Amino acid sequence: MLEPAVARQLRQIVGQRHFRDDRESLVAHSYDGTPMLQHMPDGVIYPESTEQVSEIMKVLSAHRVPIVPRGSGSNLCGGTVPIQGGIVMVMHRMNRIREVDADNLTATVQPGVITADFTAHVESMGLFYPPDPSSMRISTIGGNIAECSGGLRGLKYGTTKDYVIGLEAVLASGEIIRTGGKLMKDVAGYDLTKLLVGSEGTLAIVTEATLRLVPPPESKKTMLAMYKDIYGAARTVSRIVGSRIIPATLEIMDNPTIRVVDDFAKLGLPRDMAAILLIEQDGESATVERDIERIKDICASEGADRIDIAESREQAEKLLTARRSAFTALARLRPTTILEDATVPRSRIADMVLRINEIAAKYGVSIATFGHAGDGNLHPTATTDARDKEEVHRVEQAFEDIFAAAIELGGTITGEHGVGLVKSPFLEWKVGAAGVELMKGIKTAFDPDNLLNPGKMFAKETRKRVVIDRG
Amino acid sequence: MAKTTEELGNPLKKSLIAKLDYDQLTNCMRCGFCLPACPTFRETGLEQESPRGRIALMKAVTDGLMEPDGSFRDQMDHCLGCRACEPACPADVKYGQLIEQARDAIEDHAERGPLMTGVRRLFFKSILPHRNRLKRAGSLLAFYRKSGLRALARRSGAMKLFPEHMREMENVLPDATGRGVLERIGEVYPAKGEKIARVALFRGCLMDVLFAETNVNTVKLLSEAGFEVVIPPSQTCCGALHAHSGEMEQARELARANAKTFRSADVDYVVSNAGGCGAFLVEYDHLLHDDREYAELGEWLASRTVDVANLIVERGRLPAFAEAEAAEPVTITYQDSCHLRNVMKSSDAPRRLMRQVSGAHYCEMKESDRCCGSAGIYNVTQPEMAGQILRHKMEHANETNARYMLTSNPGCLLQMKLGIEKHGAKGRMEAKHVVDYLYERIAAPKE
Repeated sequence: MLEPAVARQLRQIVGQRHFRDDRESLVAHSYDGTPMLQHMPDGVIYPESTEQVSEIMKVLSAHRVPIVPRGSGSNLCGGTVPIQGGIVMVMHRMNRIREVDADNLTATVQPGVITADFTAHVESMGLFYPPDPSSMRISTIGGNIAECSGGLRGLKYGTTKDYVIGLEAVLASGEIIRTGGKLMKDVAGYDLTKLLVGSEGTLAIVTEATLRLVPPPESKKTMLAMYKDIYGAARTVSRIVGSRIIPATLEIMDNPTIRVVDDFAKLGLPRDMAAILLIEQDGESATVERDIERIKDICASEGADRIDIAESREQAEKLLTARRSAFTALARLRPTTILEDATVPRSRIADMVLRINEIAAKYGVSIATFGHAGDGNLHPTATTDARDKEEVHRVEQAFEDIFAAAIELGGTITGEHGVGLVKSPFLEWKVGAAGVELMKGIKTAFDPDNLLNPGKMFAKETRKRVVIDRG
Repeated sequence: MAKTTEELGNPLKKSLIAKLDYDQLTNCMRCGFCLPACPTFRETGLEQESPRGRIALMKAVTDGLMEPDGSFRDQMDHCLGCRACEPACPADVKYGQLIEQARDAIEDHAERGPLMTGVRRLFFKSILPHRNRLKRAGSLLAFYRKSGLRALARRSGAMKLFPEHMREMENVLPDATGRGVLERIGEVYPAKGEKIARVALFRGCLMDVLFAETNVNTVKLLSEAGFEVVIPPSQTCCGALHAHSGEMEQARELARANAKTFRSADVDYVVSNAGGCGAFLVEYDHLLHDDREYAELGEWLASRTVDVANLIVERGRLPAFAEAEAAEPVTITYQDSCHLRNVMKSSDAPRRLMRQVSGAHYCEMKESDRCCGSAGIYNVTQPEMAGQILRHKMEHANETNARYMLTSNPGCLLQMKLGIEKHGAKGRMEAKHVVDYLYERIAAPKE
């Protein structure tokens, strides 16, 4: 429960309508895109300027009230569930695109702008912002920065961190800092910009961002390759990159995913295939044609059973349907869908997919895997029912094993979704005890009273690492 | 989830628990993909004004996290019911069913003054389902207009007694008629040329009183396209307005009557020209699912119902449509009927027909797939939000510079007329039902 004096001060800052503590508002901000997590906040606030955010933080830190900044709440790691109550700060009203600077190829935006709206805006000006998380139609740039979101174009173009070059942010104390700028080179002190990207709202509240833009590719070509042998698919991935071709998109779907997608979209996919690769190249037309030709040869020499190359945009759309339907098809199977993002070095993709299939069989749960083969970022997706506690427990055990397997293969527990609440017990597996301590030190330097998104990133206890017995 | 007796103390909560489909509530995985599709979320930016938020509220009530209070009820009423969230949902959550269930439960405990109760009973029970009474109401309205009573009422300032949005609506209402499609062209209308199929016209209740001419044009257009059309006289109101307002039992009663009537009409299809009605008919299978006697009939009608544009495009012989010769092509644009698009999944067929018209230039309006704010009787019950949505809609409409704003549902048509009157190019833009527009432009006209 919020002290009435605090609520009164918050209302004075943002106005009556933009601070809410009625039951409906609290319930509607008690969850995010992560299954099975819910906790009530004590209030919801909608600031409209950096100054308001700063004023709010002064009040909250004086009264030691926790704050959870968020955009649309579509993250998948429990990152914006107000697990310790306090105030949820929704950034939707700060949604202006302040400037697109064609001379410096930068854009300056407020955090609440919707990613897809921003992308469409810069594209209408003949420019390109590559990060494309699947939730981009609803996610905000601020949320993307907090989670360092990836997307389908990560392999060639990188992720959010590669495009954020300057930030304005409000500290827990209410002080306003500025990092970076419209600068391609800047080594003045520690790189606070990169530190804040992916900090999940635990260090500061981003109130403005300067983003790097690039010229858009001239043309694009799409193809599908299908394999009976998953190692053939995996070797294809390695050989494409080894041949110094970096495709714009290089996606994989495993056999369980192919079956589910075919049931759903009736695409007539061969159900006995172990893997399908979706490959896109963009750039200058001549280069694209040449790359696709060479990729086709590599697919054929690695034993692809079928290779489809789209000759038109409509055909390309058809080929893309299979990959685009993956999440939808899986989400309709069972009431609860748990989408993870274990990531391994590109060369270990096939091993990882097979390990996931083994683990799923071991626990008797259904997990299908699709994802970004080109950058090693996989999405093992479990379909279950939150009401079946026993099954959910087995799913959780399976995911523990999957995280452990990813680490063992030289990978990480999360490639693009973030640690949040869900993966905090496993953070130490990846960064080690000393790493966690160091990170906690950074957290304390920014936020000594632990008010910014408390309870995230660092778990009370690290999960005991299971030793996997694979006989 | 176990409920304590205290939790069960609130009677509305009890009804909500009984009526809400908990499986559907669980199916929502809270990904948030529905948010950008939702008009009320877009207007307010508030999570509780989104489908994900409303489902979370319903679930919180059934889980015992929240009492269903006044603002819960208001929130359920705020939903337009446009169902644009359903095609956006990866998990196929039946949001339309959930909001109907919530409203049905709320209706069981509605606290209304005797006047509103009386008005609702008159409207839902005594007028809509009764052809003759609706006709008389239509004649009365026509008489009110033509006799000069309306002019008198307007001059005397009596209209000022009504809220502003009601007055505005009254302004754009067309002349009502007591002579519906059946009275004008009889029970059976032959196909032109070789008969492709025999179809029944679903004439609607308000449609046949306010837009009887559109019904007549629908029949004639179908005939031109090769269909024999019958108009079973015992058909009644589809029940959509009842269901959207929480009067589920009455909706089912009407559904049973219609299912029986059309099944015995010996037709291949049941054709609708109103997205709102058609969308309700195609869900009779769900509505009558638990009715042992009528479930099969409900399924039959649901599977045979088709929108007029779809039937013509998919099975008909396409007549040639043409605008009158002019130096410049006439610009036309289209506002989707939400229920036609999101529930009947028909958005391509009407556009294909409009693109066929020679001498006309079809210009797609920005966000033509978004609700116009009419939403059944929403523009009467939630005038503020409806007005806001309409204002934004008309900004896009004006950008098209269209001569004709076409649509596929009477409610949308009235809202578009209102929009043109209030914010639009009055005198330069005209709202029309797509069927009327097309029929009037058949190149070598009918007899």
